[in-house]
Amino acid sequence: MLMLTCKQASKLVSQSLDRPLSWSERLRLRFHLLICDACNHFNRQLRVLRNAVKRMMQHTEGDSTIQLSLEARDRISREINRSTESGYH
Amino acid sequence: MNNINNWLNEHGDYLYRFALARLRDTHQAEDAVQETMLAAIKNNSFDGESSARTWLTGILKHKIIDLQRKQIREQPISDLIDLDASDTSMDDFFDSTGHWLDKPQTLEIPDNALEQKQFLKALSTCMDKLPAKLATIFSMRDIQEIDNENICKELDITTTNAWVMLYRARMGLRKCLEINWITG
Repeated sequence: MLMLTCKQASKLVSQSLDRPLSWSERLRLRFHLLICDACNHFNRQLRVLRNAVKRMMQHTEGDSTIQLSLEARDRISREINRSTESGYH
Repeated sequence: MNNINNWLNEHGDYLYRFALARLRDTHQAEDAVQETMLAAIKNNSFDGESSARTWLTGILKHKIIDLQRKQIREQPISDLIDLDASDTSMDDFFDSTGHWLDKPQTLEIPDNALEQKQFLKALSTCMDKLPAKLATIFSMRDIQEIDNENICKELDITTTNAWVMLYRARMGLRKCLEINWITG
């Protein structure tokens, strides 16, 4: 069973991001990718996706216009005070 | 404990952004910051060796996972079980012989800053469209980079379930990006 279908190949491409593939899985996947443009694109897409979500995360982290709302800040502050007061009894 | 309120002033926004980048929900991110502050009061083990920000971020990371775990566990268990019959879940993408119905296309992150912003916005929209539990596990794996073993432990699912959910999430996201970005 050397020939993978695209469905099987795509599953392995995804799993290769989550676990080391076995030797035979790697061989069969590599063989499939040699002859299949669509799965090559898919493989590349998943790597682009992974980079993109990380970049998205960094954008959010680095965006100083994103701040706790005054409401949330007040609420958290009240909870902090309540928690510290009750701790002294 | 004035200290904690000072910490809220100094680090609150930073912690909020950190949480928002991972939870992608303003209310949940606020909750995570609140839980972090309350936990900081309760187990005041801050030793001053690391910065307060680093220490608080360490607590926050756990609070984020707590919220994600709750979110996944609140889902009906049957939703997770049907993932075992994963073969039918890919019928939208493959024909009965396992060939692509629509062949994946070239997809690149644009270099141009403005286009990149639009690309990331399209990605964000696509993540919002994903079923919540898939978005959560995808975030844990590909954004927070938690390893599979720990994801399974936290969410109480099997490795096979995790692989199938991640496969589904990625498949859905790349397809959505093709529609919203390449042709949009």
